[in-house]
Amino acid sequence: MSEKAPHSESVGKDVVKLPSNPDHARELQDRIEALLSSTNATDRDRFCVRLALEEALVNAIKHGNQLDPAKSVTVQFHVFKDHAEFHITDEGPGFDPDDLPDPTDIENLERPCGRGVMLIRHYMHDVEYFAPGNAVLMRRFFQKAT
Amino acid sequence: MSGQPRKRRLEVEDAGDVTVVNFVDKKILEEQSIQTIGDQLFELVDGEGRKKLVLNFSNVEYLSSAALGKIIALNNRVKKAGGKLALCKIKPDIKDVFVITKLDKIIKIVDDEQTAIQSVS
Repeated sequence: MSEKAPHSESVGKDVVKLPSNPDHARELQDRIEALLSSTNATDRDRFCVRLALEEALVNAIKHGNQLDPAKSVTVQFHVFKDHAEFHITDEGPGFDPDDLPDPTDIENLERPCGRGVMLIRHYMHDVEYFAPGNAVLMRRFFQKAT
Repeated sequence: MSGQPRKRRLEVEDAGDVTVVNFVDKKILEEQSIQTIGDQLFELVDGEGRKKLVLNFSNVEYLSSAALGKIIALNNRVKKAGGKLALCKIKPDIKDVFVITKLDKIIKIVDDEQTAIQSVS
């Protein structure tokens, strides 16, 4: 999972299966936040990780699994001293992340949805989607710009 | 609307004919609270006929794209009603969300509440 990232001291890792209910994502967010307090993460890093993770989990639960209680979202996370990475997989049909309308185009600015993937790409340093588009790997290095 | 009792998510004050709204929540992330916040904001415009709105974000530390969606929808409703909306006291991290999504191009964002009130008056 971390073959491309530089070696760094591990702070915590786990694989969690979440039901397709956004409320269950909260507990995981709190666990990650607690782990981040033992890393070099700044307040800005914590903000970025929380927001990107929130968007990715909501995408997986709502758009991927369509809130289907029979489906779950698998989150594999590994928090290191100087970075954190998350591999999130849903049981939906997937989507093409390069075929989304640009939410910053003037004709899309007033549309109330479609900004999640853009925010993930902004707040994480590495973001990779895997075919058929129902899995994403995202990574943020602490104390690095953006 | 379910008719179930819902926690009040907004503090609403009047400044002349301008309605100033403060958010109770520090984190506007959860599906249910975003839905409730949206309903309560829309009620101000659609139900109570308020057309000059200021949203004060001084309490808000996190905001997801779903919450942005509600603010965009509110802006559309206020515009349709012939009113004005301004946002103020937004922490730098949150303001960054509005800037990178270019929503600062369609929604008025100012630093302090007094300027926001003046901009919608």
